[in-house]
Amino acid sequence: MTAGITAGDENTGTVLAGTGVSPGAGYGPAHVLAGEIPEPDKEARHDGDAAAERSRAERAVEEVAADLEARGARAGGEAQEVLGAQALMARDPSLAMEVGELIAQGVAAPRAVFDAFGRYRDLLAAAGGYLAERVADLDDIRDRVIAVLTGLPMPGVPASADEPFVLIAKDLAPADTALLSKDVVAAFVTEQGGPTSHTAILARSMGVPAVVGCAGATAIAPGTPVLVDGASGQVLLTPDPARVTEARAADEARRAVLSAATGPGATADGHPVPLLANIGGPRDLESALANGAEGVGLYRTEFLFLDRETAPSGSEQEEAYRTVFEAFPGGRVVVRTLDSGADKPLAFLPPPEEEPNPALGERGLRMFRRYPEIMTAQLGALARAAAGVSAKVQVMAPMVATVEEAEWFAGACRTAGLDGPGIMIEVPSAALRAADLIRAVEFFSIGTNDLTQYALAADRQVSAVAGLQDPWHPAVLDLIATAASAASAAGKGCGVCGEAAADPVLACVLVGMGVTSLSMGAPALPWVRAALSRHTLAQCRDAAAAARSATSAQAAKAAARAELPGLDALAL
Amino acid sequence: MAERTVSVASEVGLHARPAATFVQTAAKAPYDVTIAKAGGSPVSAKSILSVLALDVRQGESIVIRAEGDGAEELLDELAKIASGS
Repeated sequence: MTAGITAGDENTGTVLAGTGVSPGAGYGPAHVLAGEIPEPDKEARHDGDAAAERSRAERAVEEVAADLEARGARAGGEAQEVLGAQALMARDPSLAMEVGELIAQGVAAPRAVFDAFGRYRDLLAAAGGYLAERVADLDDIRDRVIAVLTGLPMPGVPASADEPFVLIAKDLAPADTALLSKDVVAAFVTEQGGPTSHTAILARSMGVPAVVGCAGATAIAPGTPVLVDGASGQVLLTPDPARVTEARAADEARRAVLSAATGPGATADGHPVPLLANIGGPRDLESALANGAEGVGLYRTEFLFLDRETAPSGSEQEEAYRTVFEAFPGGRVVVRTLDSGADKPLAFLPPPEEEPNPALGERGLRMFRRYPEIMTAQLGALARAAAGVSAKVQVMAPMVATVEEAEWFAGACRTAGLDGPGIMIEVPSAALRAADLIRAVEFFSIGTNDLTQYALAADRQVSAVAGLQDPWHPAVLDLIATAASAASAAGKGCGVCGEAAADPVLACVLVGMGVTSLSMGAPALPWVRAALSRHTLAQCRDAAAAARSATSAQAAKAAARAELPGLDALAL
Repeated sequence: MAERTVSVASEVGLHARPAATFVQTAAKAPYDVTIAKAGGSPVSAKSILSVLALDVRQGESIVIRAEGDGAEELLDELAKIASGS
């Protein structure tokens, strides 16, 4: 699509289609995230008044620095520190001096800014590690200053708005979304990405409707009223007011169905399926409890320490763990040990060398083989925190590929005084030989995002292969079924804690394949609870059989959906 | 010319928060303040980018210099920040 889709009568009712990844209806004016700031012309010269050009550059820098500080002050906490550091970089006197020197030689301000930043960019990039990561911060400041100087729209997402907007982008990076809240974003629409993209995960965790993989979305003119259906994936431009009222009414009816399903998770015929929450730390507890989580199925401990330069102390860990355990008296809390590497490196657990493919490198439990003292410290802190609380604490390791690894981890847990160790099933080798691995541990938890990535050989970070990153692929369903049957045959539990568990249709299929508990981002819990409560275990098994007989992800979903009539009321 | 040689003890080296505090403190002086790695060329201690680019790691030594009113006190303060004590 080359011509922009403009606001106005001519596009009333234009419909774009994508993949719905976070159900619900969202309506608001389009806010299109600005694309990259183009590199200023190498040959650009100013009109000869170097002093005026220099003060123009200085004002632009100060405007950007002040804006960064103001946004930091609004956000508070961690974000304030990050944005404050960026403001300090923007105001760097050496940088200002170099910009001034280039302008004195006749270079136009935008190019002078680009070149002066470029020198430091190269220095930091060459240093590697932590410093190389600051390059993105520096580029962001540079682009902001150039945007001010050239009148281009400012990159980034506004942190506040008079009315919630529909955020439209090619794709969203974590940095774009750090300050977003439900109060400013009515819905997300992205051109790229799949069900496990950052946008999808973020939208579900915020409880905001989202559509990804929507071709032509960034051509929507800013300000165009947009109605987003996060279940069907439809994006309607300048809709008829009646359509908006209708969509909102349907949304409310759906929410009524959701709130009607309460209590512990179970199928219509009373087969219990504990519904648990995925959390990254104590801050996620409120949402988990509000959505009726029966416990925690995945406590991602690395999220406590992502921005840490040094390993957290034992007592600090103990405190963070105990807060979570105490929130679920008598309930289950499954803790995953540090899952460092690939998309979430920890500064205090550096890989020994540059990895050409981090997803296949030293991550998860493999990192503990290199740093056993960090494992011992974490398991010790968990054991101390678990002592004297009534929650049933279970510990599991990520990225286990072999029986030997499972035995090694289980041994370390028992040495630390932690009973009932488990492992995640994310690597196809572990799923295929689940019957061997289950003998070493007490439970499995399937991480469907990584299992899909490895089964389909499709890197989660590479958007070009996002189409393959779909847990509905029958090959992935087969691996899940293999692991669930092996656990069941041994009389042990097998949960799912990947994004697949948050898909109400797939959740029914998982239960039909013998999965014993489901853990997900808290906002998905009511949807999954309602979907399960409207079907019998036999219906779930039929849906699972139908899905596994299909030959594509799409056909598997359609076949399963046809066996699950109770989803009609949820408009799924 | 006042001068201090300091061994950086902070686990993060002279990066992140210690670097920001260091630069903000140096920036208060109305005169030049420089920082260099032992044996390296000095850069402005008021420039966060220059300080970061030095890539000072835990256990490395730095030399800080300044000349002017209160330079001794300023260097003491900077040395304290850099040493991470």
